[in-house]
Amino acid sequence: MHHVIIGAGPAGVIAAETLRKTDRDSEITLLGDEPGMPYSRMAIPYFLTNEINAEGTHLRAEDHYARHGIDFRHERVTRIKPQKRILDLANGSTLSYDRLLLATGSRPVTIPISGVDLPGVHHCWTLNDAHRIRELAKPGAHVVLVGAGFIGCIIMGALLGRGTTLTVLELGDEMLPRMMDRTGAEILARWCTEKGVTIRTATRVTEIEKGGRTQNSFTRLSTGLIVHTETGEPLIADAVVLASGVRPNLDLLSESGIETDDGILVDHYLRTSQPSIYAAGDVAQGTDWSTGKRTVHAIQPTAAEHGRISACNMAGIPTHYPGSFSMNVLDTMGLISTSMGLWRREQGTNTAALLDRDRSRYMQLNFQGDRLIGALTIGHMGGWTGANGVLRGLIQSKTRLGKWKQRLQDDPTRVMEAYNFLLIARGGGH
Amino acid sequence: MAWQRKILRVDLTNGTCKSEPLNMEWAMQYLGQRGLATKYLTEEISPTVEPLSPENKLIMATGPLTGTMASTGGRYSVITKGPLTGAVACSNSGGFIGAEIKSAGWDMFIFEGKAPQPMYLYVENDKAQLLPADFLWGKSVWETDTLLHQKHQDPLLRIAAIGQSAENGCLFASVINDLHRAAGRSGVGTVMGSKNLKAVAVRGTLGVGNIRNPKGFMKSVVAGKQVLAENAVTGQGLPAYGTQVLMNVINEMGALPTRNWREVQFEGAGKISGEAMCEPRATDGKANLVTNAACFGCTIACGRISRIDQEHFSVKNSPKYWGASGGLEYEAAWALGGDTGVDDLDAVTYANYLCNEYGMDSISFGATVAAAMELFEDGVITTADTDGIELRFGNAEALCQIAEQTGKGEGFGKEIAQGSKRLCDKYKRPDLSMTVKGQEFPAYDARGIQGMGLTYATSNRGACHLRSYTVASEVLGIPEKTDPLVAEGKPGLVKAFQDLTAVVDSSGLCVFTTFAWTMDDIQPQIDTACEGNWSVEKLAEAGERIWNLERKFNLDAGFTAKDDTLPERVLKTPANAGPAKGRVSELGAMLPEYYELRGWTPQGEPTQETLERLGL
Amino acid sequence: MQRFLHIQPQKCTGCLQCEMACSLDNEGIFNPAKSRIKVFVFHSEGQFAPFTCTQCNDAWCMNACPVDAIQVDRDTGAKIVIDTQCVGCKVCTIACPFGTINYNRDTGKVIKCDLCGGQPECVTACPTDAISYIDSDWAGFERMRASAEKSLASAANS
Repeated sequence: MHHVIIGAGPAGVIAAETLRKTDRDSEITLLGDEPGMPYSRMAIPYFLTNEINAEGTHLRAEDHYARHGIDFRHERVTRIKPQKRILDLANGSTLSYDRLLLATGSRPVTIPISGVDLPGVHHCWTLNDAHRIRELAKPGAHVVLVGAGFIGCIIMGALLGRGTTLTVLELGDEMLPRMMDRTGAEILARWCTEKGVTIRTATRVTEIEKGGRTQNSFTRLSTGLIVHTETGEPLIADAVVLASGVRPNLDLLSESGIETDDGILVDHYLRTSQPSIYAAGDVAQGTDWSTGKRTVHAIQPTAAEHGRISACNMAGIPTHYPGSFSMNVLDTMGLISTSMGLWRREQGTNTAALLDRDRSRYMQLNFQGDRLIGALTIGHMGGWTGANGVLRGLIQSKTRLGKWKQRLQDDPTRVMEAYNFLLIARGGGH
Repeated sequence: MAWQRKILRVDLTNGTCKSEPLNMEWAMQYLGQRGLATKYLTEEISPTVEPLSPENKLIMATGPLTGTMASTGGRYSVITKGPLTGAVACSNSGGFIGAEIKSAGWDMFIFEGKAPQPMYLYVENDKAQLLPADFLWGKSVWETDTLLHQKHQDPLLRIAAIGQSAENGCLFASVINDLHRAAGRSGVGTVMGSKNLKAVAVRGTLGVGNIRNPKGFMKSVVAGKQVLAENAVTGQGLPAYGTQVLMNVINEMGALPTRNWREVQFEGAGKISGEAMCEPRATDGKANLVTNAACFGCTIACGRISRIDQEHFSVKNSPKYWGASGGLEYEAAWALGGDTGVDDLDAVTYANYLCNEYGMDSISFGATVAAAMELFEDGVITTADTDGIELRFGNAEALCQIAEQTGKGEGFGKEIAQGSKRLCDKYKRPDLSMTVKGQEFPAYDARGIQGMGLTYATSNRGACHLRSYTVASEVLGIPEKTDPLVAEGKPGLVKAFQDLTAVVDSSGLCVFTTFAWTMDDIQPQIDTACEGNWSVEKLAEAGERIWNLERKFNLDAGFTAKDDTLPERVLKTPANAGPAKGRVSELGAMLPEYYELRGWTPQGEPTQETLERLGL
Repeated sequence: MQRFLHIQPQKCTGCLQCEMACSLDNEGIFNPAKSRIKVFVFHSEGQFAPFTCTQCNDAWCMNACPVDAIQVDRDTGAKIVIDTQCVGCKVCTIACPFGTINYNRDTGKVIKCDLCGGQPECVTACPTDAISYIDSDWAGFERMRASAEKSLASAANS
């Protein structure tokens, strides 16, 4: 049996490892099209701050793949031929497979304006991008960050920490539209402003052109850029970082007959519409645990779970996947925020919230009946994030809160207590 | 080290909080907590200061072992000049706030002046601020606790607060921390209230380090825990029955003051005893006791958590009392039960809840009610005075009613709130007030336990069992058995216990450890944690120094040897039953010897030589 | 043989000796705020419940870690954080449905119970045997752990 995995991110690597454990005698080929060893994009912000070197971003030690009989190759696939079970490679050769896993991940959205391909304009997605940004984001440099979503927020601190003057432009009315409500976004915006970042929301970038001069422009590091926006003065920058979101990487699929929507549609066994082809991670559009609908969850835990489950199924161990749980944790210059499950207030749900703007603390619990279905948190409790994990526990165990619902509505900080009482002390388990 | 070397000075008048270094020279002489705070207090206020004036100060102090792993190392004390007595007041409490103060980086908080309007202190590690407490004023300790937790959105916030009783000037108001632990006696809460300081809320996440010799410290801590675990009192009796293990024991030896000390044995003692708390109730089949509970770091866990039968008359219509809460300790059970002649365990438990909820000292409250009951029985007061309450001995409903009235400062409760001395003076029956220096007796009859008579008479904070708990020796045989009916030898015993206790109270440890620990167990823990070469001798001398410092303050405040006395009833009316039948307290025989052993003149004043020897 | 922490809440008195022992061993200071074991207090019920990592078999934190910084200690079976590999991304803190892996902002790494390399300090410190370190073949253990995990894992999979 020859398993081929396209994509060497977390989903691909974990799938390869799981296959090695579950299908001992199989041949496993792991294909990656980026240079270097498989790495974690989650680690890039820490690479930007110099806390770790490039090796620190690696998913596994360098000899890990060979030691486990995983054939890791730098290859780019250009085409999938499901009928023949053959892949065309960019180097002109072909590769046959018995089972195929598509773990091609996502790629950054390119905004459709002129100037995005100028020197000094970079996405912040690959390790290569991060290397470039590190070179440009020198002390005193003016950096314009386009997009105040998850990636934008997580790299803000790194850019500021490098001594740059940072302006963030966000198209939407608020920061973090997909992971925070308005109140939370306001707290985050105020936090960023206090840290010295200029935030401009509801701002559309219309063009980037050469020619801006900052004090850094006289050094060869600066490319000198002018960022034009629909509203307000143009901004002069030494570097522009684009972080306007990501989309599943579906390039390979033309003529493959694999059904797609936002991403590759997969069933409860992470199978695509074509026999012997599976998909996992950012590229897969699988079941959302909370809604039961198929959704792309471009998050690390989903990639890891998808990788493991798809591999079990590829190895012939039928493994049902109940769906991935939407959750995010974000550290924006020291302010930790999380979102989990169905946190949006909707008809049929009711919420408990606490808000302390002065201390940048916010917590919103969303209930359906006497069950918790989603939550947002900002800030910490005594320096610890412990409560965040138990929110997942309370949601995914579908625990009936009973009288604790009212207690949590009165004081949402009692969530750890509620959890322990309902699941540990009274559950009589632990 | 072990000290954080930092104190917080809170100027309530001007609303400022300032950090200042701890006076380490004083720490080397007075250790911490009781001793060190008394040094600060006596240096900073005049002994003649009016206790409820802005010129009085109030100190919340931890010891060097507070917040460490030394067993029971979670204590803190509230030190001030007490309004009930006019003497130095020092009330010690467990729970968790002491360790939290320490973990926030402070050795003590000194409060001075008076806030123009109600305030509370909020401390988050090195950040300290006075915040308006208008929303808390008029609220109970329990409500205050809930409101502050909600406001600061922090379930781990530790809170010490006063209740309505302190706001209303009840002279025996306590500072209650962690809902049901009390810095109970002498009206320390009243002083806090007089300063418009409603609460202290602390969150400390810095921890306690700076142990001089960490390995040596842990070795002595582990050894100390072992001794506590293997001792019959601290390893078995206290965890099982709490201090309530004493109720039946003391009653049997005829030393359980009953119905305002008219009698020495209570026929209902068994019904309100530690054993009774563990028995399933006839009514609902559940025991009063839910569990035992520990204060911070304590491996004894004598604390009681109780639950009242929901159908009991006291709580039937008040669901807020249906949950578990702090249960009866021996002193409270006696004061609210034996001394009032009430043998209804749930009623006594309920009265104890109210003492915690409204922030009152359960001993002084119960003892004052007992005095009022005797006034009532004697016809000195009638239902016309008590708003219709039949304040008779044994009336459980009356006890519950008057507890609520006193807590809220309503009706006849306003009279009770002044303490038994002022109450009995008002009705011209001072003989019925069972007090020393204005403070009510605790639960050991001085006729049946002679050492306690001398203990009460010489205690620097008025009648108190915790200044030299000779019960340990006279009843339990710790460190060796002495005859409770014999006065001989007791002056030396009292002095030794007083000095030892002063050290324990200044260290951060709980005095209950001394049921098992001798100075040889305590000294290594202090010495390995703290710089200063704390030998047994040096500690004993520090204890004596602390005692004399307190004494000197009281003498300067106007007390004399005449105040080192006991009520006539204990000195002249013989015990009516039991092994001590026919006896009175032989205080007169003990006092001169005690003065002499202390190095004091026959007038009870430390000689110049004594003062010099102790560096005073 | 694998051994596990066995916690009996009904024996706990809430003294926090375990929290201090844990913080002393891991942080060199008495600081319950930095303990890997936490005692929960249910005041109105009169209950205490020490709580820490169960070292679950298919560890959520370990599976979620993007940089392989949580690994199995071969001697104890504990899932331990490799400090040099942890980048502090906190994904494990939301992945663990027990809330027993935490971010320590002082170090920028996550912390969790590591069974103290086979001699858990909390067990030694506990005065009432509410926490014990037992062999996994003890008859009741798997059942006990299963019941703790089932409410989360199996419900999550339903």
